[in-house]
Amino acid sequence: MPCIEARGLRKAFGTTIALDGINLRVEEGRILGMIGPNGAGKTTALNAILGLTPFQGELRVLGRDPWAERDQLMRDVCFIADVAVLPRWMRVSQTLDYVAGVHPRFDRAKAEGLLAKTTIKHASKIRQLSKGMVAQLHLALVMAIDARLLVLDEPTLGLDILFRKQFYDSLLNDYFDRSRTIVVTTHQVEELQHILTDLMFIDRGRVVLSCSMEELESRFVEVTVNPDKVAAARALKPIYERQVFGRSVLLFDRGVNPSIDRKQIAAIGEVRTPSIADLFVAVVGNQYAAQGAAQ
Amino acid sequence: MNTQSNAINESSLQPQGSARTVSVAQVMYWSIRREIWENRAIYIAPLATAALFLLGFAVNLLQMRSHLGTSSLATAQQHDLLGAAQKHQLFQARYELSAALIMGTAFIVGVFYSLDALYGERRDRSILFWKSLPVSDLVTVLSKLAIPIAILPLLSFAITLVTQFAMLVLSSAILLGSGVNIASLWTDASFFQVSLVLLYHFMTVHGLYYAPIYGWLLMVSAWAPRAPFIWAFLPPFVICGLEKVAFNTSYFLALLRDRLGGGGGAMAESEQSKEFMGTLIPHHFFTTAGLWIGLAVAAAFLAVAVRLRRYRGPI
Repeated sequence: MPCIEARGLRKAFGTTIALDGINLRVEEGRILGMIGPNGAGKTTALNAILGLTPFQGELRVLGRDPWAERDQLMRDVCFIADVAVLPRWMRVSQTLDYVAGVHPRFDRAKAEGLLAKTTIKHASKIRQLSKGMVAQLHLALVMAIDARLLVLDEPTLGLDILFRKQFYDSLLNDYFDRSRTIVVTTHQVEELQHILTDLMFIDRGRVVLSCSMEELESRFVEVTVNPDKVAAARALKPIYERQVFGRSVLLFDRGVNPSIDRKQIAAIGEVRTPSIADLFVAVVGNQYAAQGAAQ
Repeated sequence: MNTQSNAINESSLQPQGSARTVSVAQVMYWSIRREIWENRAIYIAPLATAALFLLGFAVNLLQMRSHLGTSSLATAQQHDLLGAAQKHQLFQARYELSAALIMGTAFIVGVFYSLDALYGERRDRSILFWKSLPVSDLVTVLSKLAIPIAILPLLSFAITLVTQFAMLVLSSAILLGSGVNIASLWTDASFFQVSLVLLYHFMTVHGLYYAPIYGWLLMVSAWAPRAPFIWAFLPPFVICGLEKVAFNTSYFLALLRDRLGGGGGAMAESEQSKEFMGTLIPHHFFTTAGLWIGLAVAAAFLAVAVRLRRYRGPI
């Protein structure tokens, strides 16, 4: 049973179409990064998965319809939706008491252990904590819940690089095992590169690209082309070209041009696997450029 | 039933995880505690009212004492200084006043609490945190309803009881040796009867008869895009005005008055019965149509509030 399965997922707010027929399949034990520009529909998709919003089309999360069976689903699903949603009036000890009181899968000792590694005091009110500490607290609460699916919507927005790194390290080392599934959206894609097992680009309510990280490595090639080989390289139909320090960097998609092989490419310049950020600009940014040219 | 079977299937499928069972009652208990943590006015406001009232009462007693001290009358006559009527005026009326003040405070706290209950969590975005936990919208709304219709009445009853007892102790201590018959203060107070009537009043009027008021406020608070206060109080006002203009009647206003007054007739009955334990059981109250219609209306408002909360996100 896949953890999340969606077919033709649609959602419209009035005349604005937020999700335009999304197909999605996330197997158990994967870490999926959903990347998209602002307003692409990421949060709407997550809200549908979490049963926070009604939708059209077919969607099953852990075998359940999230909208109809939300209450049961929430025992197995955790989410950090946006930063800073912890109630500011609450004390740290109260959040522990409350979650322990209502959640059947919460392990209080584990949460206390995680908090002990931070400088957060039990008697503090959440309003007294820094943004980074609130994120640490929320993560500690969520990681102490033995859930099967964890959804993170921009969990590190506004945190400095140290906290961001610590956040993902902690998530990987102390939480993730092969039986859990994590779905994460973020704009800070560079830091996620080494964590993800799967990648999905969403733009204007559609899935633009969906592949595993292994596929990404075998399918996309980025080449910094030697100046004398530029013409030859362009003949291989790159999907994107940019200039770095006066040299052309070309990105090839073997899905578009399967005849390309690494050896052939190596002859024209330095070859590497593109970063998610560069790939995103190439795949999503390109569409805007093409659209702009067409108009 | 479906829930039950799902839960069983699921636990057999579950590869890891030692889930405790958390009953609905437990979730309710923690949800109510959460409300009290957040809204400390629930107990602070009635306590403060009681403390201020006691302070005023003590000042009054001291004044009375000095007044009694200056009037040099024979000891034999002194216990008559405060005649029965006077004593009633002095003490009984003040017991009632203390209860009324604490009740009034609790009502105001309840109104403002209800207006903010489902609006505040959307405004500060914490609704996203609450919704990430396995607590249903129904339990959440019911826990928020429990504050004005159960917790506040019970709490204010307890506070009133303690206040009235403190009044007795205070008056005994201050008036001791001033010639007032202290024993009669205690016997006149008829603590047990009065407190029963009081508890009855708190539970029936504040708990049941006001339920549609709190239901309305919670519904508005779940719905309002902003300014729940205006959305809650403007419509009744407009309806009263329209009715007056269109039909030159004021049934709606009368209805509201009756509701706020605790259902006039039924309560007057129980006021009279205060003296007689035998007629305390108020079958009148529970057979009034107003009560049951009110409860039905309250249930409808709450059902809408539960449904609204399901669709609502942060604002």
